[in-house]
Amino acid sequence: MDRVERPLSPHLQVYRPQITSVLSIVHRATGVGLSAGLVVLVYWLVALASGSAAYDAAAAILGSGWLKFCYAGWSFCFFYHLANGIRHLMWDIGLGFEMKQINASGWLVLIVASIATVAFLFAAIL
Amino acid sequence: MAKFTLPANSKVTRGRAFPAGSDATNTREFVVYRFDPASGENPRLDTYHVDMDRCGPMVLDALIKIKNEIDPTLTFRRSCREGICGSCAMNIDGTNSLACLKSIDDCNGAVKIYPLPHMSVVKDLVPDLTNFYAQYASVKPWLETQTPPPPDRERLQSKEDQEKINSPSACILCACCSTACPSYWWNSDRYLGPAALLQAYRWIVDSRDEATGERLDALEDPFRLYRCHTILNCTSACPKDLNPGRAIAEIKKLMTERRH
Repeated sequence: MDRVERPLSPHLQVYRPQITSVLSIVHRATGVGLSAGLVVLVYWLVALASGSAAYDAAAAILGSGWLKFCYAGWSFCFFYHLANGIRHLMWDIGLGFEMKQINASGWLVLIVASIATVAFLFAAIL
Repeated sequence: MAKFTLPANSKVTRGRAFPAGSDATNTREFVVYRFDPASGENPRLDTYHVDMDRCGPMVLDALIKIKNEIDPTLTFRRSCREGICGSCAMNIDGTNSLACLKSIDDCNGAVKIYPLPHMSVVKDLVPDLTNFYAQYASVKPWLETQTPPPPDRERLQSKEDQEKINSPSACILCACCSTACPSYWWNSDRYLGPAALLQAYRWIVDSRDEATGERLDALEDPFRLYRCHTILNCTSACPKDLNPGRAIAEIKKLMTERRH
């Protein structure tokens, strides 16, 4: 018999999304999002330091409608990454490893990040 | 780089359906991953309708019933049928567990059964665990000493020291945790995975072991230990309620502490 090419068993395709793994990948995604947001923030700061003409030009671009949705997204990225980052720091000192605590802290991070985002956006609009 | 899709030879196709006997009134559907290395075909999903009035409560009971009464070609590992041996680890209803400890009533809808995820499949529900066992062996899971043992008795330890290794010693190496870990899926060639690291921890904290420094040295590596990103699918999956996630975090702490 010829050598059999063994298949790879299904993984992402079949594994039920867990609160553990979903929050983990969201942490990474928000980190990537923040890195992209940092470019915009730096552009804004450079424009600010380059005088009023440059700032006016930047403000016109940064004030455009579709970017406002991005700011909302970046706000969530920031608060989620912050809250979940604290959760990771607790793990790094060895706390919160019981399954109940892992689940509870996960939901807490989601709730805190959502409330903070809404409150921040509300304050920004006012 | 992680590859998120299955290779062409691993894509799962629709297989055959086996109806229950005509006198069965209370049936349950079991959708089972099948791969026959002799056929040259891709893996497939076969559907079995099992008469639940004549079947035990656990998923392993159903698999044994299928093999005995419906389809003797179905292949899976099993031995103790009570969560001691770790043979019947598989992906059931979307999470890794032991078929013998997983109640059919705890599954949603049709019971979907796959081999442990992201593993090379030998046949049906039997994954190749060669790499997994080699990783276990690589952490030297035995007592390493320099000093001779006391002449008149065993190497004793306090009750408190024994308690540190009680839980990690209860690991049955079923591989549920490691194959639930996305980081292990993408890097199992270099990352040891939660099961091997739990055993590394078990010997690192053993008060009688005298190779703690060497054991930590062996793990001081960007991949072997530090591919753990504290996702914690491992702790969530463990059918023995052990905590590989915490053990890995404790190893990382020891790594940091010894630098200062």
